[in-house]
Amino acid sequence: MASNKKYWKSEAELNPNDSIVEALRHNEFVQDIPVDEFLGDKDNLASSSTNRRDFLKYVGFSTAAATLAACEGPVIKSIPYVVQPETIIPGIANFYATTIANGFDFSSVLVRTREGRPISIQNNTDAKVNGGANARVNASVLGLYDSTRLQGPMQNGEAIDWSDLDAAVKNGLAAAQNSGKQIVLLTQTYASPSTTRLVGDFKGSYANVRHISYDAIAQDAALNAFEAKYGERALADYDFSKAEVIVSFGADILGDWQGGGFDSGYSKGRVPQNGKMSRHIQFEANMSLSGANADKRIPLKPSEQKVALAKLYAKLNNTTVGGSLSDAATKAVDAAAAQIRKAGAAAVVVTGLDDENAQAVVLAINEQIKSAAFDVAAPKYTRQGNVKEVNALVADMKAGKVGVLLMDGVNPAYSLPNAADFLEGLQAVGLSVSFSTNTNETTVATQYTAASSYFLESWGDVQMKKGHYGLMQPAIKELFDTRQFQSSLLLWMGKDKTYYDYIKETWTTSILGESEWNKALHDGVFATSASVLSDLDMAVNAMVAPVSEGAVDETTVVPLASALRELSNATVADMELSLYSKVGMGDGQMANNPWLQEFPDPISRVSWDNYVTVSKGDAEKLGFINEHVANGGLDGSYAKVTVDGVAVDNVPVIIQPGQAVGTIGLALGYGRLEGMKSEMQTGVNAYPLYQNFSSSQTVSIEKSAGLHEFACVQLQKTLMGREDIIKETTLEIFNTKEAQDWNKKPMVSLDHQEVAASSVDLWESFDRSVGHHFNLSIDLNACTGCGACVIACHAENNVPVVGKKEIRVSRDMHWLRIDRYYSSEDTFANDIEAKDSSDGLGLGNYLVGDGEGDGSLSTFSRLEDPSLNPQVAFQPVMCQHCNHAPCETVCPVAATTHSRQGQNHMAYNRCVGTRYCANNCPYKVRRFNWFLYNNNDEFDYHMNNDLGKMVINPDVTVRSRGVMEKCSMCIQKTQKTILDAKRDGRVIKDGEFQTACSSACNNGAMVFGDINDKDSKIADLKESNRMYHLLEYVGTKPNVFYHVKVRNTEEA
Amino acid sequence: MNRNNFNMKKVTYRNQFSKVLGLSLLVGLLFSTSLFSQDEIASSGDPAKGKSLFNQNCAACHALNRNMTGPALANVAERLEAEEGLDKEWLYAWIKNSAGLIASGDAYANKIYNEYNKAAMTAFPTLSNADIDDILAYTAAPPPAPVVVAEALPGEGAVASGGLSNEVILGALVLVFALLVMMLIMVNMTLRRIAEANGVFVEKEASEKRTPIWKAFVQNQFLVLVTVLFLLLGSAYFAYGWMMQVGVDQGYAPIQPIHYSHKIHAGDNKIDCQYCHSSARVSKHSGIPSLNVCMNCHKSIYEYKGNPEGPSKEDLANGYTNEFYTGEIKKLYKAVGWDEENQKYTGESKPVEWVRIHNLPDFAYFNHSQHVTVGGIECQTCHGPVEEMEIMYQFSPLTMGWCINCHRETNVQVEGNEYYEKIHAELSKKYGVETLTAAQMGGLECGKCHY
Repeated sequence: MASNKKYWKSEAELNPNDSIVEALRHNEFVQDIPVDEFLGDKDNLASSSTNRRDFLKYVGFSTAAATLAACEGPVIKSIPYVVQPETIIPGIANFYATTIANGFDFSSVLVRTREGRPISIQNNTDAKVNGGANARVNASVLGLYDSTRLQGPMQNGEAIDWSDLDAAVKNGLAAAQNSGKQIVLLTQTYASPSTTRLVGDFKGSYANVRHISYDAIAQDAALNAFEAKYGERALADYDFSKAEVIVSFGADILGDWQGGGFDSGYSKGRVPQNGKMSRHIQFEANMSLSGANADKRIPLKPSEQKVALAKLYAKLNNTTVGGSLSDAATKAVDAAAAQIRKAGAAAVVVTGLDDENAQAVVLAINEQIKSAAFDVAAPKYTRQGNVKEVNALVADMKAGKVGVLLMDGVNPAYSLPNAADFLEGLQAVGLSVSFSTNTNETTVATQYTAASSYFLESWGDVQMKKGHYGLMQPAIKELFDTRQFQSSLLLWMGKDKTYYDYIKETWTTSILGESEWNKALHDGVFATSASVLSDLDMAVNAMVAPVSEGAVDETTVVPLASALRELSNATVADMELSLYSKVGMGDGQMANNPWLQEFPDPISRVSWDNYVTVSKGDAEKLGFINEHVANGGLDGSYAKVTVDGVAVDNVPVIIQPGQAVGTIGLALGYGRLEGMKSEMQTGVNAYPLYQNFSSSQTVSIEKSAGLHEFACVQLQKTLMGREDIIKETTLEIFNTKEAQDWNKKPMVSLDHQEVAASSVDLWESFDRSVGHHFNLSIDLNACTGCGACVIACHAENNVPVVGKKEIRVSRDMHWLRIDRYYSSEDTFANDIEAKDSSDGLGLGNYLVGDGEGDGSLSTFSRLEDPSLNPQVAFQPVMCQHCNHAPCETVCPVAATTHSRQGQNHMAYNRCVGTRYCANNCPYKVRRFNWFLYNNNDEFDYHMNNDLGKMVINPDVTVRSRGVMEKCSMCIQKTQKTILDAKRDGRVIKDGEFQTACSSACNNGAMVFGDINDKDSKIADLKESNRMYHLLEYVGTKPNVFYHVKVRNTEEA
Repeated sequence: MNRNNFNMKKVTYRNQFSKVLGLSLLVGLLFSTSLFSQDEIASSGDPAKGKSLFNQNCAACHALNRNMTGPALANVAERLEAEEGLDKEWLYAWIKNSAGLIASGDAYANKIYNEYNKAAMTAFPTLSNADIDDILAYTAAPPPAPVVVAEALPGEGAVASGGLSNEVILGALVLVFALLVMMLIMVNMTLRRIAEANGVFVEKEASEKRTPIWKAFVQNQFLVLVTVLFLLLGSAYFAYGWMMQVGVDQGYAPIQPIHYSHKIHAGDNKIDCQYCHSSARVSKHSGIPSLNVCMNCHKSIYEYKGNPEGPSKEDLANGYTNEFYTGEIKKLYKAVGWDEENQKYTGESKPVEWVRIHNLPDFAYFNHSQHVTVGGIECQTCHGPVEEMEIMYQFSPLTMGWCINCHRETNVQVEGNEYYEKIHAELSKKYGVETLTAAQMGGLECGKCHY
């Protein structure tokens, strides 16, 4: 009865006539194993000198030899200095103040060096301008140890000496001089007083010299508008801490908008103080960091943003302009206008539209309302790129008018939209030299490649904002035979002077005044005194025509009127593309940095890729899908994106909640190939779509074949009403209600009584009042999700890079992650309501489809889908260092234990890798070393080569395969602070204790300290009524706590 | 003559030796006194006092028979008088204020200044003319070289005979032992013969009756079981003990590229450990001193002259002669690139690749300054009697058990350290004790050393 069951392995077996099945049934192996070939040849066998006995002898011998070799420990050599530099003590870190100015990122930073090796980058708290290091700047230290760096000058790919290069350049310059052709310096934005002077001198030495600044991602429109209005090519500065109302039209003020660095001021205004916090209204197409943090976000196409901006201006001036907007958008514009009016000078309007009219209108509005956050007296110089000149250069090159082209810090062959034209023109240039730290698309096309020094090996200076200067000093001697551009210019001009002397000369004669050079170098920053600045203020004010409130001044009315007309007449296309730069990649010059590649995008949580973001509605229309597959990965369709005849194919698609309907977004900076490790060649190059250097383009998009495998670290998108994870409330409720109403303490049932969850415990509590007790506070209001802490943690704790494949299967090693949640309803509050109002278990009235009276199963399934324009919340999560840690009790070998200081210890050498702890952790913060990530060429990132290993922090163990690891609350840093105090015999001051994340957080979102020090900031924060613990009802009593997120939903 | 005597009898040799010693001393004295009488300029000073003054003030830059930072000074007064026609007044002026003399345009002063790389000589205005006379008297007295040579001889002889006698004694002992065994066998045989002769056959009868002891043992299964168990447990115990030795390098004393004797530096010369290992005060590493630290002293200490009593027997047996040590100093010069002839650095240095002795695994964090500066622990507590170590070796096992044990037993030095005030008060109240061990302070927590 049971015998006639037939088991089959594939469908083919069901077909009785299948020839392959028949063949396989008879032959076990598809191909014959060549046994006869080997054993059949008797002569060969006979002549073989190795017989079975010999074989056994060899095996025995090698086993014995291996055993013997294993008995002897390795001899470790220690090589001290011959002459030890006075400042270096082995085992003690030195800090140098320097500045990064790579044309995209400008920051004053501190470099921490150990035994002369830079190992991490920190914020320079002395700096008043751009003193915060973002994720890229934090990661930039790894670029110094890039194993693919250029190690010396090259000519057409062959290594040469600097003397050869110098001779060639001098000849080329002389030849250009004689033939009357142009000598062009095509460089990044330096914002450097000394380089400006140097280029001036260079122009004195040679005729026909042109200096063209080129920004890969241009701010040309903003620069032009500012120049037209104020007569200086610069960008207005904004201090968002002074703004009560922020209205942004497509400006990612928390990202890389106008050079970035605005987030710390923004965060200051976001923490409710005395019942007040800023209100942020964002009109944008892509879901940006700023949009995610905004109190109100209105998704609009870029063209509609122009109309909205024109309407806002009109509304503020009680006039009207043409152009049509949706009702919701019009309402939002009206509301914004009302709020701006109400706030007066405490409001500010910004825009990121690459449109001179839009920029001009924004300047006019801020001027008109006398915005306190708006600073034109001391503008920013961190973007200088000039599109017109760059375009003219390409034309001149093609016309054969350029004799010498010297490039530094730019990669036009990759980042120009018309790169092909540039490459064609390059053929007609007499002499082309490219200064670069790495091989890139441009260096392979130029005749000479000058290996440039990294910023950590170079001298330099920078004026990021008028009156605010920074100095760049080398933290390490050149690792290779490299030379920086400025030194080369000095040499080619025949000057017998180092660039250091040149900078010093510039500073002592024209910048420092009475101040000392050594102090400026020590501090890394220098600000001209207030009196000088106020003089400047007056000078600028004299230039600026006064604008009376309510009425538009005659002088500005004429151009503004046409600007408004242009804006309101913006043609709205069916599909518009917004190009943007990712927090983790910028303009793409650090694409070879594995830390940044593995850094998950704060919004999409996708690493190792760029992709086109589409709204859910458009995706359905165009047939794009995102699906989760069995191994836990995310797959997405491919798309072909075409702008004005230029197509980029095979762009993966992410369905992005909050993406404005009829728009798509795509990040620049990916898709680099030349000089890159194969693992790092990720994404597609979007620069060909960046036509006319405008981030918004009319676009057509269609589906391509195939599915893309993403490496996304967070597949669960929504919070689903789980208010124990992120608690939030509105400013109104926060101001008017008791804390228990908006920051409910969880209750549990004990002996049929409702009691506070924190009062019930399985364990006896230890006395933690003695000594230090560390706590980390995370303010969800101040956290913008920028991710600087993620990279700082990566650098501090030797966290390995695991690669795209491993990330895809959820084996990421980040000790600190920033979870991003979308709301499923319009707001998180509605999610909670929906969850609570679900009725019964089953489908309920689900089939009716009205969302009323659904059962919890159907409600939860609905809540998994994010809203079309969701609220967004960020939450940094690391080990919560629970006082009653679930992980500790399940470890069979006591490898993870608790300390009196509140830190949950992890002894790697004790861990046997059962992973029970990770299973028992409610926060999912433990990371398992599935492989040996160091010294392993399967993970070809930075830990497998001597150069890349130089970045490793010597105070933290490099973990091996098979052990668990997690955030240690930077115990190496707390122990160091304690030891320093012990050695000096003093009490530790508040603020001395820091973790890598808390010191990296420029926004004040993370505060670390000792709660047993009752006067400390952290003790204060712990007493705050906004304080809550993550999943408090679990009763783990964490030493990390969060502050309830408050949203300012007040409409004026 | 000496050789013959040596081969014959020790006593004769010793007599001979004392004669030679006496003779050489006499010759030496005669020679020196003859010099004294020859040189009237120097005769006015006291060479003994001069020696101490010389060592205090001059020895850093000058030697008697060797150019260092400054010129060799043996017979300097006489030489100057004879070669340059300069009298003692010139010397007084030079020593008290050389810069002044150079500035005055004095020809010889400028010549010597330029000859020695324009290294300005320290002015000694505090030295009186009498002091200078004493120093000059010392420079005129020749070093007592013959004494040292004579001293070395008996040492060698003694070592040779010592080695011989040890072997002889051992040989004799073996011989005596063998003789004893032989005698025992012979006595036994004789007794048997006597017994046979007397017709006594006790032994054989007894042995036939009893089963052999091993058979009895094998038949007793209980005993076999117990024995096997005992053997297994015993071997497991020893195997475990042996296995725990793996990776513990106590006593590890590798051969170093330069034979650096801690005994001479820290023991004989009583140099403070932290003079060279200065980073132990502030850093986690004690630091192997860089070569420029060595050159602080070895710029002027270019040869090894032995301790006052002369090299000991063992030292000589190991080949640790003065020449050997001087050779090691030359190795240092080569590594640091010091040109002895011209007293300057050549710039061609070659870092020394020391073999690291104390190797903590990477996952264990140890901080020297915590123990040395904060804890006030003697270096010797962990590193053993370094001042007696001719070759440095690992004294302690450096195992975790060893660390922990010390943390349990050692009291934390809280006195006068403001950092500890609060925590000490609280903890001593909590534990009801006056002094706190490192363990009570939290020194046993995993994360304090493993991160």
